[in-house]
Amino acid sequence: MTAIAHPVPVLRRQPPIIPSGRLGMWWFLSSEIVTFGGVVVSYILLRLVHPDWLHHSAHTLLSAGAINTVVLLTSSLTVVLAHRAAEHHDCCTARRFLSISFGLGVMFLCVKAFEYHHELSHGLTPRTAAFWGFYYTMTGLHGLHVIAGLIAMLYLILGARNPKVLGRVAPVGLYWHFVDIVWIFLFPLLYVTAH
Amino acid sequence: MSVQAPAPPVEPVHESPSHHEPQTSGFFHFLRTYVFSVDHKMIGRQYLFTGLAMALVGGLLAYIIRHQLAYPGQAVLGHHPISADNYNAMITMHGTIMVFWVAMPILIGAFGNFLIPLMIGADDMAFPRLNMLSYWTFFLSTVVLVASFFVPGGAAASGWTAYPSLSVNGIPANQLGQALWVLAVALEFASMLIGGINYLTTPLNMRVAGMSLFRMPIFVWMQMAATLIFMLSVGPLIGGAVLLLFDVLFQTGVYLPDKGGDPLLWQHLFWFFGHPEVYVIFLPAIGIVGEIIPVFARKPLFGYKPIVYSTIVAGFLSFLVWAHHQFISGLDPRLAMPFSITTILISVPFAIVLFSMIATFWRGSIEFTTAMLFAIGMIAEFLVGGTTGIINGSAAADIYVHDTYYIVGHFHYTLFPAVFYGTFAGLYYWWPKMFGRRLDERLGKIHFWGTTLFFNMTFIPMLLMGIGGHQRRIFDPRVFTYTAPMHNLHLIATFGLYGLLLYQLPFVIAFVKGLVGKRTAERNPWNAATLEWHAPSPPGHGNFDQEFEVHRGPYEYSHPGSEKDFLPQWLPTTN
Repeated sequence: MTAIAHPVPVLRRQPPIIPSGRLGMWWFLSSEIVTFGGVVVSYILLRLVHPDWLHHSAHTLLSAGAINTVVLLTSSLTVVLAHRAAEHHDCCTARRFLSISFGLGVMFLCVKAFEYHHELSHGLTPRTAAFWGFYYTMTGLHGLHVIAGLIAMLYLILGARNPKVLGRVAPVGLYWHFVDIVWIFLFPLLYVTAH
Repeated sequence: MSVQAPAPPVEPVHESPSHHEPQTSGFFHFLRTYVFSVDHKMIGRQYLFTGLAMALVGGLLAYIIRHQLAYPGQAVLGHHPISADNYNAMITMHGTIMVFWVAMPILIGAFGNFLIPLMIGADDMAFPRLNMLSYWTFFLSTVVLVASFFVPGGAAASGWTAYPSLSVNGIPANQLGQALWVLAVALEFASMLIGGINYLTTPLNMRVAGMSLFRMPIFVWMQMAATLIFMLSVGPLIGGAVLLLFDVLFQTGVYLPDKGGDPLLWQHLFWFFGHPEVYVIFLPAIGIVGEIIPVFARKPLFGYKPIVYSTIVAGFLSFLVWAHHQFISGLDPRLAMPFSITTILISVPFAIVLFSMIATFWRGSIEFTTAMLFAIGMIAEFLVGGTTGIINGSAAADIYVHDTYYIVGHFHYTLFPAVFYGTFAGLYYWWPKMFGRRLDERLGKIHFWGTTLFFNMTFIPMLLMGIGGHQRRIFDPRVFTYTAPMHNLHLIATFGLYGLLLYQLPFVIAFVKGLVGKRTAERNPWNAATLEWHAPSPPGHGNFDQEFEVHRGPYEYSHPGSEKDFLPQWLPTTN
């Protein structure tokens, strides 16, 4: 099905709404918002009719959750600083801040792994009760999104010298802020409410 | 009208995103061109062929289902008679395949991918590699789904709606098939989400100079609306599906009452997506029809802006109607009235869309090409489906007809015209652009009339059966005595399906003929005004071979005062 080859002209375009990378990321995030939103709302509604879930949520580690909250918020701050550096085409500073965010993200995952180990070794599996099904789904989905964000950040760190790569800090930063905001919802819903 | 700074002088070769290394032969070149292509046209064709192949599977399942209903207990296709569990798997997979593996890949993946960049004057989508990823994710989902037929316990058998507890632990042997079903559907959702980023970003950012948003073809608006509706509605179901998978695999009990869960939660999560989903299927189809009618009536599309605004309103309303699928589920009776009101309300914007399409015919100069016949057929049949929907939308009436064949008739009278008439209309119309050849018009006419006659023969009996109280999803109607007088209707419906399947043969022949032989189609065989007809048939990489801008709207046919029959979008104004 080879089509006839021909010279391709450069066509003038209508001005873009916002740059494509960022626009595409916003559309993606809109679907992610309803994805997490669906699970969160389901959890809230079920929680409202099951006051006994209080006893289950007492077993999540509040201190671990608090540490992770601070870790993620700080990583979002460094992402903002990296974005500012990227806008000034300062690849070294951008790379430095992105590396800090990366490190903080890894720290988040380590704390999360410790939590999972603690809970599973105490026999609190997804099978134990519906609360735990939600807990592992919400934090698990969130964790997968953190991993995806770290991979994206690694790509930015390794390619920071390339101006095209540096231009992608904005959409990746947007994604990372979203991951952070999801956690801001998960933390009070899963950790704080019991105490 | 603001445009970017004047372009540099035309260079002979332009590094468009789809332009790959200048290798002209070899295995890797073959792979890059036909298998792992980032070109939106090739990806569109991949979606088309996969979707049509799955339509064959879905049609075969329909055959087996209808054979069982007309001749209960008799052997099918030389095999032993099917069991009740097999039957349940058949109806589950028939629905699942038709909605997710035929309707969406063809209407959105194939037509959307192929046409959106061409219609707006772009050289490809905004993110070509993401586009390729979306197809291969879809392909993977297809493999997973088809594999579920062959695992121990067979394919999922809890309906395309997968209600717990049946889907969780109701059929213990079926759990692997059910888990694979959830995985396949999740992958398909992921592929459509990835693709959707392109369908929303490209028309907003890559329109050629002169094409304001209200000069875009209605098809592009419809694709954007469908994509946005999909992206905003599928999320809760993805979360819910993960929870369902946990329930199936780990017995977590989110949906099981004896473990403190709620089966109704799944219903809400499913239908919150499931209802907008039917508009995700309908809108691209009506977009196809909206492109074809002006061309073969030689008249501008009537009410272009009201159609756009009505579509936006309908899209918004579509998120507020979902519980009309649950009127007899035992949900709070106080929800019956609000959801009945929203459901009946949503018929208003859709009526505006449909009647505007019909008004386009008024005093037009009509040419009954096959594409036009299927477009007219789509509207006519869909109106039957839509009006039967009004009855279902009113909770009081729905209590009687819910879960009967009336519902089956209703959704086939909406989905079949949208998916199949829409697809056929689009293929007969755009085939010259996609493959450089025309589809045989004579075979097309036979195809159209046979399809229309036998489609109605298949589904009118179901509307009658439903009013008669015949429940759906029943493996053997003989278990009830009250269904006995309706057996003749089953026979008519089955005979209708046999005819319907047989009359797809002219299309298969035309399809094969349309893929081989010399490329003889001209650039603009239908004298249409939209931009895709300005590119060669078929377009090469980068799509267009001349510089141009857009000077007018997409439907300038029979413009008063103009000597020309039509004014294409790319033709400069003469003064």
